[in-house]
Amino acid sequence: MFDVMSRGVGGPVTGQLVDLTPHLPVLPIVLPLVVAAFMLLLEERRRIFKAGLGAGTMAALVLVAFVLLNAVAGEADGIIVYRLADWAAPFGIVLVVDRLAALMVMVTSILGLAAFVFAVSGWAIVSPRFHSLFLLLVMGVNGAFLTGDLFNLYVFFEVLLAASYGLLLHGSGRARIKAGLQYIAVNLGSSILFLIGAGLIYAVTGTLNLVDIMRVAATLAEQDATLFRAGLAVLSVAFLTKAGVWPLSFWLPVSYPVATPPVSAMFVIMTKVGAYVLLRVVALAAGVPETGLVEFLSPWLLYGGIATILFGSMGLLSSTQLPRIASYATLVTAGTLVAAVGTADERVISGALYYLIGSTLATGAAFLLAELIARLRPVEQADAGVEPVFGDDYETSLQTDFEGYEVGVAIPAGTAMLGGAFVVAALVLAGLPPLSGFLAKFAIVSGVMNGGTGLPREAWVLAGVVVFSGLATLISLMRKGIDAFWKPGEENVAEVRSLEALPIGILLSLCVALTLFAAPVVKYLDATSAYLADPVEYARDVLEVGE
Amino acid sequence: MELVSAIGIGIIAAAGVWLVLRPRTFQVILGLSLLTYAVNAFLLSMGGLTVGAPPVLESVEAPDPTAHADPVPQSLVLTSIVISFSMTALYLVVLLTSRGLTGTDHVDAEEAA
Repeated sequence: MFDVMSRGVGGPVTGQLVDLTPHLPVLPIVLPLVVAAFMLLLEERRRIFKAGLGAGTMAALVLVAFVLLNAVAGEADGIIVYRLADWAAPFGIVLVVDRLAALMVMVTSILGLAAFVFAVSGWAIVSPRFHSLFLLLVMGVNGAFLTGDLFNLYVFFEVLLAASYGLLLHGSGRARIKAGLQYIAVNLGSSILFLIGAGLIYAVTGTLNLVDIMRVAATLAEQDATLFRAGLAVLSVAFLTKAGVWPLSFWLPVSYPVATPPVSAMFVIMTKVGAYVLLRVVALAAGVPETGLVEFLSPWLLYGGIATILFGSMGLLSSTQLPRIASYATLVTAGTLVAAVGTADERVISGALYYLIGSTLATGAAFLLAELIARLRPVEQADAGVEPVFGDDYETSLQTDFEGYEVGVAIPAGTAMLGGAFVVAALVLAGLPPLSGFLAKFAIVSGVMNGGTGLPREAWVLAGVVVFSGLATLISLMRKGIDAFWKPGEENVAEVRSLEALPIGILLSLCVALTLFAAPVVKYLDATSAYLADPVEYARDVLEVGE
Repeated sequence: MELVSAIGIGIIAAAGVWLVLRPRTFQVILGLSLLTYAVNAFLLSMGGLTVGAPPVLESVEAPDPTAHADPVPQSLVLTSIVISFSMTALYLVVLLTSRGLTGTDHVDAEEAA
């Protein structure tokens, strides 16, 4: 049987059941995979059953993530190393659950549950096999967060990308096919770069375990070290493309808004995968200061992040449609995260992680809200009789008719509920008090200004750009809000069904809870970034040196 | 052998890059295929080029690693071939759908003015 290193997991479960506790780390990957495969056997008409099964799986994943989170939060160096088939690292593949990975799995599961429930209320049936693809996407994202192996990371990237291709094209239609053509081509290209980078790194280090790679990197001869840096640079370009960093981000604003709303909401987590891997790489590289890798990578991340925030802010100011606004908000978030990673400062990264949670949930909610708000004025474009000022007014053509398929009852005061939800999402995204967006941006700016970068000029630029992006978000969302809710004209009472309101309510109340219970969250995140800043400990835990 | 292999991979990759940058979807998919061939050959050569050396140990007693090829790149290549092949097939479907829906094979799904 598996002999799993499982420090941090609670005591053995009593009772007759097989003790599954040591195998929890692999569940976020295996569970969606098995359920997705099983769903392929069911015919498309059994959608109620499929919806229930999928929602149950996602709920189970939230539970698993919660248990993992609790397990790693309990101890000083909270980490669970799961060896697949019990081959010791670096020869076998390991899954590593530390505070950061557990947090990311948690965010993925919550966002996934919300997006899935929303999809079940209508969008899931416009094309076949939505449920399976969605679960496979979740599997790929979870795998990318948990794996401690470079090539396994590539495989999980491909799993999540393959599922995302199918999900982007879900619902079909001209705009989606067009976006899909470009999205797939860009991602195939970046996968090729990933392979080249991974190949170069394997060639010089002879290992694929992320921790072991960095260990060997410290011992490389001069010419090998140069090749290693080249490999890492090529690899980073692939990650930066996935994170959506300017100038590698032009695929994002054309593909996210045209996907179906629940899919766009789930796609928000995909840019975070890129940022997460960059954070992991920089944190591990900090453990081998003699290689100078942090100094090599971080300026690129810092300047790239700043450029992305500016690009996203410009995009925000030029957008009038909510899906597009949310896409550019995703870019701003990605830029902020990557720039924070580039500062390689403990306090800034802790703030950035707090920002990551709130903004991911709020952006996801904004994508879901976009569709409901569009129902308020379904004939707006036709009535106006003028050419749209901006070229992003094509979403209305994608509305699909769900005649005869309605799940749940209409909730009262739909319009008021939409307005309230919109305000909460806008406050979080723009970073205004009293919600979590403000606390997060304050933490980032304060960390940066207290000498985070060690470069006073860059610190001012980064702080200024972060504040400016908040202003741009606010202007953009305020304009959209006035247009959607206050503009006089033909009034249309929004019909919001309970299954649509529920996921948005969950996401936004978590944003509020994140603010109310900021102290324990920040404590956890401080421990996370402190642990990231001590990669030697992490390396020892993963490799079990001396075992 | 290293030089010939490097030049060959370089030529294939260069042709692939050129084709990927062309405006027609068919050229793009050929370019992506060529690029993945180049990358697969590149990955395979990352374990060092050997001729006639088995990747699996023939005897467990006193194995001589220098007489064997590195098995890891071979398994990596196998994975990447499967993945890139299926992705190319998927892209082909999207390409044909785009052609059918829009009546053009331009990557922007519309003819340049």
